Amino acid sequence: MSAGGGRPHDHAAPTAAGRLPRTPGRPLRIGLGGPVGSGKTALVAALCRSLAGETRLAVVTNDIYTTEDADFLLRNGVLPAERVRAVETGCCPHTAIRDDISANLEAVEDLERSLPPLDLVLVESGGDNLTATFSHGLVHHQIFVVDVSGGDKVPRKGGPGVIASDLLVVNKTDLARQVGADLSVMARDAEEKRGDRPVRFLSLVEDPSAREVTTWVRERLAEGG
Amino acid sequence: MLADGRFPAGGHAHSGGLEAAVAAGRVRDTDGLEAFLRGRLATTGATTAAFAAAACAAFDDGTAADGRGTAADGSGTAGGGDGTAADGRGRLGALDGEFEARTPSPALRATSRRLGRQMLRAARSVRPHPGLDALAGALPGGWHQPVALGAAARALGLGPGEAASAALHDAATGPATAAVRLLGLDPFAVHAVLAGLVPELDRLAVRAAGEADTPAARLPSYGAPLLDIAAELHATWEVRLFAS
Repeated sequence: MSAGGGRPHDHAAPTAAGRLPRTPGRPLRIGLGGPVGSGKTALVAALCRSLAGETRLAVVTNDIYTTEDADFLLRNGVLPAERVRAVETGCCPHTAIRDDISANLEAVEDLERSLPPLDLVLVESGGDNLTATFSHGLVHHQIFVVDVSGGDKVPRKGGPGVIASDLLVVNKTDLARQVGADLSVMARDAEEKRGDRPVRFLSLVEDPSAREVTTWVRERLAEGG
Repeated sequence: MLADGRFPAGGHAHSGGLEAAVAAGRVRDTDGLEAFLRGRLATTGATTAAFAAAACAAFDDGTAADGRGTAADGSGTAGGGDGTAADGRGRLGALDGEFEARTPSPALRATSRRLGRQMLRAARSVRPHPGLDALAGALPGGWHQPVALGAAARALGLGPGEAASAALHDAATGPATAAVRLLGLDPFAVHAVLAGLVPELDRLAVRAAGEADTPAARLPSYGAPLLDIAAELHATWEVRLFAS
């Protein structure tokens, strides 16, 4: 799309079923949401490292304050600066990924324009709460990241991220013993809430490359567009 | 709808200078908010409203339907004598240039163009319009927000007075909402302040609409130097909640 010339969304209005269709030649967009401190940025960093050699990717971060998450990715040398865009969200991280996605769409398109061609854009939400969810106008798929130290009741509490995200990641399983979280309870409750939608348990301490989540992302990429 | 804070055109991330004013101790309570809003409305608010009204009047709402009418045509409705702007974009181009000149802060210029881009994106999705498409294509870096707002208002069937009202409403409610979030002010008290501003908003909107056909260079140039300076400082903060 030319800079500002094409009609916004004509490539990508959600279908009646609510899904954003893939457009050939344009990158897959995956959102990562979840509560504060659940490990979204660390997971994004892991995915960037795991996929870097095979996928042309870029990241949009949505910080509540300033550009902390974008800076983390840059400091850790995960991606060069031109592949990271930070969106500021005005106290309301969920608004920027759900109700008013204009700044995020602009960031995605900006990356597409400046770095063609891209295969994948990861959109990381600001840390929020269990009510956060991505608009289908912004991303094709969404991953919701919770962690065991938030309590093993989190899956039972539900919310759109826990229930309806395309992938639920239960992070920091290495801490389960210390925080008294029962992973089997979390698995059972998640299945009850999510039915067939997948859940992956993750410890970036034990598995820095986030193998299973990377595989899931690869599968989504392979679905093509 | 254009004036509704929930209209998805990116405004929610901006405080209209209020975050900087709060940090500097210039706004601490509801009274301080009212003073801030009155000052903002009388200065940048009035200027913004005049440009929104003028852009609304100048925007060719597509009856020509030749795909280039809007962005390139300044002769149709304006008659302001500045349709021959050197940049070739006619009266809207002249308005954009004059608004740029009235926005000395580089940070606020960038913010205005960003919000202008987002306004056109939202408007074109809500009401597809060849004139708006041409407008977006003519200036990929984005039109200044009041120019985009005025054009969007016209495309949605509104007139200059309504475009000015929308601009003024936005100028007041943006910082007011931010004050509720930043200072924890009583939302009822804040809306009482807004209700008290209505006569002033109406007065300014009527005045702006009356100047809709004024040559761009002679449109109001009320400024608020403190807002400009604070915006420049705000843009350098390491930690901030709002983008501006």
